[in-house]
Amino acid sequence: MTASTRPVGGTILTPAAKALLVLAVLGGAVGLYRLTQGLGATTAMNDGYPWGIWIAFDVAVGTGLASGGYALAFVVFILNRGRYHRLVRPALVTSLLGYAMAGVAVMFDLGRYWSVWRIPTHPGSWNGNSVLLEVALCMMAYTAVVFLELGPAWLEGLSASRRPERAQLAARWLPRAEKALPFLVALGLLLPTMHQSSLGSLMMMAGHKLHPLWHTALLPLHFLFTAFVMGFAVLYFESTFTGAAFKRPLETRLLARLGKYVAGVIIAFVVVRFVGLAVEGKAGLLVGSGLFSFLFWTETVLLLAAAALFLRPQTHLRPDQQLQAALLSMAGAALYRVDTFLVAYNPGNGWSYFPNVPEILFTLGLIATETFLYVLVVRKFPILAGVTPAPGRAVPAGLKQGATT
Amino acid sequence: MTVSRRHALKVLGSAAFAAAAAPVMAEARSARPSGPDDLGLLFDTTRCVGCRACVTACREANKKPADVVMIGGAPYDAPLDLNGSTLTVVKAWTAGGRSGYVKAQCMHCADPACASVCMMGALHKGPRGVVQYDVDRCVGCRNCQIACPFNVPKFEWGSNTPQIVKCELCRHRWAEGKGPACAEVCPRGAVVSGSRPQLLAEARRRLAATPDAYQGGIYGATTGGGTACLYLSAVGFGPLGLPGLSDEPVPALVETVQHGIYQGAVIPLVLFGAFAAVTWKNHRSARPGQEDES
Repeated sequence: MTASTRPVGGTILTPAAKALLVLAVLGGAVGLYRLTQGLGATTAMNDGYPWGIWIAFDVAVGTGLASGGYALAFVVFILNRGRYHRLVRPALVTSLLGYAMAGVAVMFDLGRYWSVWRIPTHPGSWNGNSVLLEVALCMMAYTAVVFLELGPAWLEGLSASRRPERAQLAARWLPRAEKALPFLVALGLLLPTMHQSSLGSLMMMAGHKLHPLWHTALLPLHFLFTAFVMGFAVLYFESTFTGAAFKRPLETRLLARLGKYVAGVIIAFVVVRFVGLAVEGKAGLLVGSGLFSFLFWTETVLLLAAAALFLRPQTHLRPDQQLQAALLSMAGAALYRVDTFLVAYNPGNGWSYFPNVPEILFTLGLIATETFLYVLVVRKFPILAGVTPAPGRAVPAGLKQGATT
Repeated sequence: MTVSRRHALKVLGSAAFAAAAAPVMAEARSARPSGPDDLGLLFDTTRCVGCRACVTACREANKKPADVVMIGGAPYDAPLDLNGSTLTVVKAWTAGGRSGYVKAQCMHCADPACASVCMMGALHKGPRGVVQYDVDRCVGCRNCQIACPFNVPKFEWGSNTPQIVKCELCRHRWAEGKGPACAEVCPRGAVVSGSRPQLLAEARRRLAATPDAYQGGIYGATTGGGTACLYLSAVGFGPLGLPGLSDEPVPALVETVQHGIYQGAVIPLVLFGAFAAVTWKNHRSARPGQEDES
């Protein structure tokens, strides 16, 4: 892939990493409690709100934020903008970890988690109408695909191993991994197109229980838009923070050129959403729906503010403003998804839900685990570009050349 | 690079057009009708006196524990709603100075949303149109609870091996020649069981006999694509907590959109082909050093 990527190296158990591990252990304790005491004793979920933040945040927002690999692959491999290539590996690592953590959240959320193995192994029982089945199979497959897309990175990491058999393995498989790439990239583009849009279809079935400002036949398209928005935004977040944390040069100029894509997707989303509401005759709800009108406008204003920032020439020179724009767009798109799954969902009958402390701790634990693993991976494997090589850990040049030609 | 970009956009453009046009071109999925032998219930608010004999009989027939609520320090079997141990419940309603009771249980839709979303068909239409549950195919995802417009499927939140719980019209008693226990014990004929055509005929007979006693017609005759459990009401159906659904089956919208996109896997395959072709072409023509240009 990119010849200039290197492992960051350095100590794994920094004080920050230890703090992350403490959070991870707390989340793990909640997980253990859920496995022994059940969902009712652990969470605030109930028969009215059977999906809480483990689905609305960990899955719907989590995999949205894990769409960086998807959004970037579209720009790099389909629109053929090779200059963004250096962002691909870190984006794929975030995608892999994001989807893996969503998978962990689902396992703890499923009431009968021990029977989940039946889903991929019993195609005879598949219900072809089930949107959730498509989402589940697609997400499982995509997690595997992202792992394989990172094959060259794993193998380059192995080739630097002191053990000769590992280095040999890497030398043998690296060219094959490179050859398989177009096929894997195509799968890596198709699968998220399918399951990110279907995440939206999932809530279409809630029918009258979902507020009409969010319930529309365009839900799949809206979820595709927000996947791109969150995916792009994460690239800024990632690039800026790894720049600061690992003393590597900021990619401000590169990210500035990406801004037009994020702004474009945001504007397309907002326009399609308003046109959709107008066509469905729901324009009146934009002002008369109290909290829901407020939430709708909050989502829209956050996103439009982000788009405006992304398009402003001054932002192109300022990493802090780029980060602000990215955070605004992330917040807008994430709010849209949480609203769709939770806030705008109302089963009636006086049911209510607010996440309790264990649910929040579990979610924080997952985020901490994801962050810890991200740092671990970029320290051990050649993911980030522009890293100053740690003494004695540079990858032999011959192998690298063999990998890219 | 310019050529390949134009090529890429052309290929993707046609694929995207096909994807966007498909749901429009796809005919709206046809509703699944109810069968002539479908078993159901007919509930009539003008006859129910709120004795809750049906709730107790249902508990016994389905071997569900009492839902004990402590009120003023004393225990009552007083379920406030359907729940993990309550398959039917009687609630009070008030409307315009009038009051009465309404019984809730699974509506046994002709075209149920719960079965449409269920990943492996744990909830499915069984013999006589009953929406039944097979725990061996359930992973506990609770999508049925999100999808059901009547909030019927309930989850055993307190259990570590939780199941989905809902009325199955006492299908375990059919072999003994018995029907739903709730209808069997009702002293006023407020809830009666029978085949759906019989129940519809009975409902129409009551409406014709005393048209002034009822408002709103028969809920479930066509509502939500038709349900096997039908309601007659003195005050319309809003006060009873029954949602105002159109005659379109609840799953129709989602299935029309999804099948439009996925029917025959044509669009996913075309998209995959387009993605693979463009990626392969761009990958091959990528110039060395291009990635460092910024």
